[in-house]
This record gives sequence, C-alpha cells and structure tokens, in this order.
Amino acid sequence: MEYTAEGRRQSFRLSMLIYDTRYRSLTIQIAALVGLLLVIGWLVSNTAQNLSALGKPVNFGFLNQPASYDINQSFIEYSSRSSHLRASAIGLMNTLLVAVLGCALATVIGLVFGVLRLSKNWVIARLMTVYIEVFRNVPVLLWIVFYMAIIIEVLPAPRDFRGESPGSSMIFWDSVAITNRGVYVPEPLFSNGLGDISIFGLFAISLDLLALIFVLAIGIFAAGRVAQRANKTQEETGVRPSTWHYRTALIVLPSVTLLLALGFHLGLPELKGFNFSGGINMRNSLIALWLALACYTGAFIAEIVRAGILSVSKGQSEAAFALGLRPTQSMRLVILPQALRVIIPPLISQYLNLTKNSSLAIAIGYMDVTGTLGGITLNQTGRELECILLLIICFLCISLTVSAVLNWYNNLVKLKER
Amino acid sequence: MSETSFVRKEILTSQAPPLSEIGIVGWMRENLFSNWFNTLLTILSTVSVYLVLAESIPWIFQSSWTATSLNECRENIAREYGEGVHGACWAVIRERYLQMLFGFYPSELYWRPILAFVLMLAALSPILFPSLPRTLLLFSAIYPFAGYWLLWGGSIWGPTSIVAGVAVGFFGMQFVRYRVAMIGVLALSIYFFFRLSGYLQIALPLGIEPIESAKMGGFLLSVTIGTTGIVLSLPIGIILALGRTSNLLIVKAICVGFIEFIRGVPLITLLFVASTLLNLFMPPGTNFDLILRVVIMVTMFASAYMAEVIRGGLAALPRGQYEAADALGLDYWKSIRLIIMPQALKISIPGIVSTFIGLFKDTTLVSIIGLLDPLGLTTSIRADSDWNGIVWELYGFVAMVFFIFCFAMSRYSMYLERKLETGNH
Repeated sequence: MEYTAEGRRQSFRLSMLIYDTRYRSLTIQIAALVGLLLVIGWLVSNTAQNLSALGKPVNFGFLNQPASYDINQSFIEYSSRSSHLRASAIGLMNTLLVAVLGCALATVIGLVFGVLRLSKNWVIARLMTVYIEVFRNVPVLLWIVFYMAIIIEVLPAPRDFRGESPGSSMIFWDSVAITNRGVYVPEPLFSNGLGDISIFGLFAISLDLLALIFVLAIGIFAAGRVAQRANKTQEETGVRPSTWHYRTALIVLPSVTLLLALGFHLGLPELKGFNFSGGINMRNSLIALWLALACYTGAFIAEIVRAGILSVSKGQSEAAFALGLRPTQSMRLVILPQALRVIIPPLISQYLNLTKNSSLAIAIGYMDVTGTLGGITLNQTGRELECILLLIICFLCISLTVSAVLNWYNNLVKLKER
Repeated sequence: MSETSFVRKEILTSQAPPLSEIGIVGWMRENLFSNWFNTLLTILSTVSVYLVLAESIPWIFQSSWTATSLNECRENIAREYGEGVHGACWAVIRERYLQMLFGFYPSELYWRPILAFVLMLAALSPILFPSLPRTLLLFSAIYPFAGYWLLWGGSIWGPTSIVAGVAVGFFGMQFVRYRVAMIGVLALSIYFFFRLSGYLQIALPLGIEPIESAKMGGFLLSVTIGTTGIVLSLPIGIILALGRTSNLLIVKAICVGFIEFIRGVPLITLLFVASTLLNLFMPPGTNFDLILRVVIMVTMFASAYMAEVIRGGLAALPRGQYEAADALGLDYWKSIRLIIMPQALKISIPGIVSTFIGLFKDTTLVSIIGLLDPLGLTTSIRADSDWNGIVWELYGFVAMVFFIFCFAMSRYSMYLERKLETGNH
C-alpha cells in the first residue's frame, strides 16, 4: 500500500527535466535560448572591446558628411558634395533599377526559351538546351565580367562616330547611339512643362511625369469601367458590345492631348567633342549587368517554365485540342494558366536571386548599393560595422518586401480549394 | 447465291508510304518544317548557329600556342594564317595554366595539392558510388584531416592527434550510457589529444613545409572552398531543416530567423563580413585565416539554402510515414534517421545538387574580396604587360572548367535519381 501511494505522489525530480517527455521539450528550448543569448552576448562584448580598442565607437554620423566621390548613373540630383546618405540612397535606387529591368527581361527570356525547349522542332529544342546548360553551369560573376568585356571590346567607341566617313553610325534615324561607354537613347522633353516639385527638399519629381501618370491612370480606370459595362451587358443579353475602340480612345486620347499641351518632344543624343551629350545615357556597366543577369536568370526560369508546363497533365492539352483550340490558343488559355501555379513559387525565388546577384555590380563598377555604401563609402570612412549593417538591412528589406508581395500574388492565383 | 459480294473478299496489301512521309525527308517535314512558324524557327536557329560557329571555329583553331606575349602571338598568327586573321592566343593558357590551377603555391610542392585532389576523389567515391565496399568510408572520414594537412602543411601531429582524439572518444563512448556524457567524453578526448600534439611536436618534430593561405589560388582555392562548404553544409542544413520543422517553438524561431536572414542577403555582403567584420566579433587578438573566414561564411550561406531544400523534401513526404514511424515506437532521432531522412533526402536530391552547383559557382565571388581565385587571377594576368589586352581566352578557359565541373555534377544527380528510383509512389 505504501508502495503504490508513493508511486502516485511521485514528486518532481531534477532528472525528469531530461527523461520526462512533458518537461524535456521545455528544457531543450530553454537550453537553446540560453545558448543563443550567451553566444550573442559573447559576440557583442567581443565587438565592443575590439571597437573601443580601435577607438571607433558605433556612430552613424558619417552618413551626413560629404561623400566626395562621383556616381555616374543616378536618378536624382547628386554631386560629390552630397552626403554619404544620399550616395547610398542613389545606390539603392540603382540596385532596384537593375533588379526591375533584369526581372522583366529574364521573365521574357525564360518564358520564350522554356516553351521553345519543349517545341517539337528538333533544332530549336536542342539550341535551347545548349543555351540553358551553358548559362546555368557557368558562374554569374563570370557572365557579368564577360558581358562587360564584350561591350568594351566589341562596340564602337564614341570617337568612331566622328569625322567625314565615320566607322559607325547611330541607328533608328540617328536617335540611338550604341557605344562602348553606354547606350544613348532620346529623352522626353517638354517645351512648356510644369516644372519640378521638390519633395522635402530631398529630391525633385517632374510634375509633367506626375500629370501623365495621373491622366493615364484615369484613362485605364475609365476603360476598365467600360469593360465592366460590356461584361454586364453580355451577362444580361448574351451579346457582347464591341468596346475596344472606346477603351483604346479612353486611354490614348487624354494622354496624347496632355503630351501635346505640354509640348512633348524628344531630345536626341548628339556627338559633342569626344562623347555624346543629351538624351538618356545608360552606362555600359548597367547594360552589361542587366543583360548578364537577365540571360543567366532566364536560363533558370526557362527550366522552371518547362517543369511547370510538363506538370500539367496530358489530358488537359488533349481536352483543349478536342474543343478545337489551336496549339497557341490551348497553350495560352489552358496550359499556361495551370502551369503558372507550379511556376510562380520558384519564380519568386529566382527574382530574389537576381536582385541579390545584382550586388555583383561592384565587379564592373556599376554604382549600386554595394558599390556605394558597401564599397567606396566603407573604404573612405572606415566604418565597416555600420556600413555593412546598413547594407544588410537594405537587402533584407528588399528581399522581405519582394517575397511578401509575390506571395500575396501567389495566393491570388492559387487553386481555390473548397 | 450470286457471286457478287458487297465487300471486298481479300485484303489489299498495304502500299508503301509516300516518300515524303518516311525516312529523313519525312522526319524533317514533321519535326522541322511542319508549319510556317516552325520553318521560320528552324531557319533562324540554323542561321544563328552557323554565324556563331563561322565566327568562333576559325578563331579557336587559327591560333597560336607558342608565344610569350600577346604581340608575339598576333605576329605568329599573322605569319601563319595571313594578315587580318583574328585568332585565339592560347599561349597564355599554356604559359599560365599552372598558375590558374594552383595560384602561387610553390611549384616544387605541386605534388601536394595534386595528391590531395586524387585522395579527395578516392574519399568521395564510396559516398558517390554505393557499390564500392563500405570499409572505404573509414578513409573518407580521415580524409578531411589528411587533405588539410597536405594543403597547408605544418606539423603532422596536429591533424593526427585530432583523429586519434575522435577515435578514442568514440571508443570511450561505448562505456557511458547517457548521451550528454557521450558528447562530454568525445570532447574531452579531442581536447586532451589536441593539447598533446604540441608536446609531441617538441618531442618528435615531424611535418612538411607549411604553406600560407595567401599563396593559394586558382582552381585549388575554388575546389577547397567549394568542397569544404559542400561537405559541411549538408549536415548543418539537415539540422536547420529539422529545427525549422520541429514543434519546439524557440528552436523553430531560431532556425527560421537564421535561414531567412541568410537567404535575404547576397553572398557578397557575407563575404564582406568575413573580410572586414569577423575578426571584430572574435576575442581581441584573434586573427584567423581569411580563407577559413570565407569558408565559414560560405558554409553558413549554403546551409541556409540546403535547409530550405531539405525542408521541401520533409514536407513532400506523406504524413503516413511519420505516423508509421511513431506507431513502431521509434523515438524522434531513430525515426528521423531510419525512416524520414533517407526518403526526404532522396526526394530532395535535385535541389541538393543544384545547391552544391550554386555553391561551387559562387566561390568565384571571393575574387571581389581580393582572394586570387581563377577569376581574380585573370585580372592579375591581364595586368601583366606581356598579356595586356587579352580577354576571351582567359574567360573562355575559366568558363570551360567551371562548366565541366558543374555539368558533371548535374549529370551525376540525374544518375543518382534514376538509381534510387524505387517506383513505389
């Protein structure tokens, strides 16, 4: 009797923390937490000791000092007297610029090449296989420096455009100049523009651009309403009124009117002295980085697209053919929408990879955020900890935002299960 | 009964198909010229392949292998193939290939990296090809120490005593019951032998010439960083994946935080951390090797990606497998080791290998923080006055070597997938 009573009242013993499954998970977690805190504390105290020994306490004041270096490609006004903070912001914008351009081109390349790889045409399917394998199996950094070398070595220098019988000439009716220093394209100019507005004195936004976006948005919204009306009529009467000309007019006419009113014209690049001036200059490093990243990531996206299309069961395409759809129609209306559900999640991570790979710009001198904040600013100020911390925060923000937005989109197109 | 019948009585012999439907003509009509768009694609791709080959084949073969500078190269080509011919100057590869392979490793000691590479292949073979005898795995376990010692040199007692410590520790583990005590015995034994190595070196100085890290470069560096990262990232990735899928909240939070942090930043920022910050995080006065710091960061980077790949494999495993393991009464580690992991790893082979390939390709990034990997060496060769202005040959060579390595890895993963295919799903 005494024996059983004792068994039931079994008091808490220390060894139960390990051997009793009720407590063990708690023990492990607390041990992990304590271990983590100890490691973090150790690292922080080491860092504090080292920094005080070096005599440079953590201080972000350097961001307001003049950067005193030039950035050759920027959206907002910048001179070497601007602050390090402004230089970093321009770097961040340049990162985003090349990421957006690269993602767009990589998607096009990946979609076209992925579909072509599945083509019944033997030659083109093999060619696409070779393209994909070559691009996927060579490091992206090598591609970037390789594209840069192609641009510098193969394209004509601006001085080749000079003289009586120049070695090269501008294309598209003398409006675009492709040189080894970059590509010069016409810039939009407004002869009676509205001027700029300054946002908090930090940077200026062209009012013309804002007005144009505003008018375009209204036009697209109105066109959407017309399409809704057409849908409603179709639901009620079964006849769809033809509205495409209204919708086109609603989008195009107001914008064109606005452009005419503002005196829109193109500013063509012109050869002056040893280089071109006027127009928009896309630096050679931007072009090289853009094309290299797009071709490299495009190869990965092509494989994702191929896997997505193959994942749609054969019955679907057979059903589409049985309905009498043409091959292109069945691809566009039946196969691709279903394949997209498989394609989008890995596509998101490819976009993120491209954005992160854009930091390799530092190898060819494109001034992205790694080149400004993590490169020249770091070297000039000697503030490694602060610069790299800010750099990491920048990239974490970009990555988390992109993945949040795209996951939201993924949820939209996901198969709705009941 | 009349003689006439309404259906044919004998079957006609089948006619030969029209000539345009069989043989090479039929194949071409079906596969290359089935409609106008296909025809256009065929013509366009053939023309582009022809243009590329017409440009590159003469360039590759009308070349010079024997020059000692770019100018001499161009003269040789002009003399041999006529003025105005653009040919490759492969002489630069002939002159510098040893540097591209070994960096500035002393040339009389080249046998050491070569031996280390051959032994690495030997150590990898029992892992890659399950048909080889299992006892070879013992050699694979010793290899990391042997390879390290061969490459960096120095006293033989350091690596051997660690191996001895691990061996004695494992032997001692048989005599204790509790897991915590087992780890304690192992650690104690390694520590004891590690301290012993210093005295052994004084008593009996045995060793080979130590080589400093700054002298390593070229593909030697890429393969060293890549292999170490690959070997270390798989177990760490497995542990992170298990942590991320476990139901221990704090452990899970730590793993998720680590993985998302690493995956959110580019490798180059982590390499900046390795080159500038890692020494700041260590106790004052520590100054450890740049290559080691890079390896640590590359391993952390690859582990996070590996963890996500393996997590995918764990998620793809049917729920019934977990339940069956529980029903058999296996504890957590046994069920993971015997039931879950073998299947999850099999599912994630393609992802694991592509992470490996990515890691190996990413070793080129170390050229940005000043290590002389193949890409870094191309810059230094081009800075040489003899070879100033040479571009395509060097990049082409580096690209070709990387392509061979990575392509072989992806083919191996396909072989492994076919081999492990059991057909029961």
